[in-house]
Amino acid sequence: MTKQGVEPDSFSQPFWDAANEKRLVIQSCVDCDILQHPPTDTCRDCDSDALEWKQVSGRGKIYNYGVVHDCPVRLLQQDQPFNLAVIMLDEDPGIQMYSHLPGVPVDDVPVGAAVEVIFEPSANGQLVPEWRVIDE
Amino acid sequence: MSTPTAPDAIYRNDEGLGIWEHRGKVAAVGVGHAPTSRRWDGRPETCVGAITIDALRKAIDDAGVAPNQIDGLVVVPVTTTGAFWEQGKPLPMDVIQSFNQTDDPLDGVAKLSAEWLLANMPELTNVQFTMYGPGCMSNALNVTAQAVGDGLTHTCLVVKSWHNFEGRYYQGGANAGDAIPGTPAITQLWGGPASYSTALQFAEYCRKYGKNHEMMAPFMENSRRNGLMFPEGYWAQHRPEKLLPEDYLASRWIAKPANLFDNDIPIMMSGAYLFSTSERAQDMKQKPVYILNHASSNTRPRSLLPTLDEVEADTARTARKIYEGAGITADDLSFENMYDGFSLFHQFHLEGLGYRGIKFGEALDFYQTDISIEGPNPVSPSGGNVGSGRSRVWMHTDCIQQLQGRAGPRQVTGVKPEVGVSGGPMPLGGNFTVWSASPD
Repeated sequence: MTKQGVEPDSFSQPFWDAANEKRLVIQSCVDCDILQHPPTDTCRDCDSDALEWKQVSGRGKIYNYGVVHDCPVRLLQQDQPFNLAVIMLDEDPGIQMYSHLPGVPVDDVPVGAAVEVIFEPSANGQLVPEWRVIDE
Repeated sequence: MSTPTAPDAIYRNDEGLGIWEHRGKVAAVGVGHAPTSRRWDGRPETCVGAITIDALRKAIDDAGVAPNQIDGLVVVPVTTTGAFWEQGKPLPMDVIQSFNQTDDPLDGVAKLSAEWLLANMPELTNVQFTMYGPGCMSNALNVTAQAVGDGLTHTCLVVKSWHNFEGRYYQGGANAGDAIPGTPAITQLWGGPASYSTALQFAEYCRKYGKNHEMMAPFMENSRRNGLMFPEGYWAQHRPEKLLPEDYLASRWIAKPANLFDNDIPIMMSGAYLFSTSERAQDMKQKPVYILNHASSNTRPRSLLPTLDEVEADTARTARKIYEGAGITADDLSFENMYDGFSLFHQFHLEGLGYRGIKFGEALDFYQTDISIEGPNPVSPSGGNVGSGRSRVWMHTDCIQQLQGRAGPRQVTGVKPEVGVSGGPMPLGGNFTVWSASPD
């Protein structure tokens, strides 16, 4: 599945630069050392604006999934139906990321299975984090 | 006059606030609805501004109030169902020139300001107070109740309207492009439709409690049945079709386990109410319906989507706020009209409320019992968005009409209508109102 291209802006540039280096980074609060995703201007817990991007292991578990049959994004419509899963990071299960789970049959998703991050090119070549099921 | 957005302090977000200080001292009296339609047909008389004026005038007339007695107006300024006026598309000048304009040409066409409404309702000569309650009618009702209680206005209109243009839901704009900006891309590249988050919460719920999507069918059938008895609603006006379980279960998936009917149908509509002090309401044309409390939730999920644990914790917290401020318990509810704009989260609201004693994981079993308006446990007597189309308004109108005894064929008969609750939208984040036939 080819996702829409990404045009990094100043706020998101570190996330996308890291992806191009095949590293997964998540926003972290310097003051209270809490990860947060999606990233925002201030810490959702302590409201600090001292935020940094922290590299994480890229390991997680499949928390939940649905099957998309009617997608609003034009470029993805040719691939319907497709899995759309939510991954919980091993470092902090409260942090979620989306995945199309490449290679996993539609609607046959092993909830709870271990996954690791991979990086796939989007429509304009920007690498995007994705996740594949692994044996633990 | 420049209209401010309601300050955060107007909402009752916290537990432990005690009985609402204006409990029973604010009342809803008049109700007004404009005719619905599936999409705007491009005529001036059916644009979102025009139908809003229609709904407001009907609410005034319904309450039996002279327009010059009205001194307040609360408006939800955003009117989109997901349809926006495309950038570069020629403006509908014939429509725009049919009204008195503000400096925004799309005012009255794709959005609403209080200033536009006042400019086009010359009979409202005495409005001193205007405020925006952004989001839904549920927000605006909380704002209105608090404003009347605080004495900022004594006879106040509140209105929520929706526009729906041609084209498919949310498929224009950035979603149609080959690339998107980096910040939204972090969460939006994967293409989940609007109901995806709710579908996942429902999927987790089913796994945890051993339930399934088929168990939703009685709720859906009942909601459409109630909606077909709602003459102001879309399905009653345009497509008087029952929703049989086999039709519901055979419909196509949108984001499995959410199917087409689990997603409310976007429509053009406008609904308005007239609120006043309980004292003034005694002299109006309809029986006052007293506000016992309003409560809100501003909880955000930790990450992308609310987990079931987060949902259950917050619906329970919301219920405690609702009951505390109203000075009631779940046993006092005659009926419930919580939001259903994705049908798959109605059970979260029900379970949070502990309606009829149901606990987490029990609502879908409850749906298999008698939940009709004739029975002792009416569920969503309005029929909600499932029964009448996307508005987030039917639930409130129904509470008022049930307690006034003028819900017509939808009138609950298995219980005495004394106290109702309505609100939403989502299980995390929402605004709720407790309505009563009596101020005490």
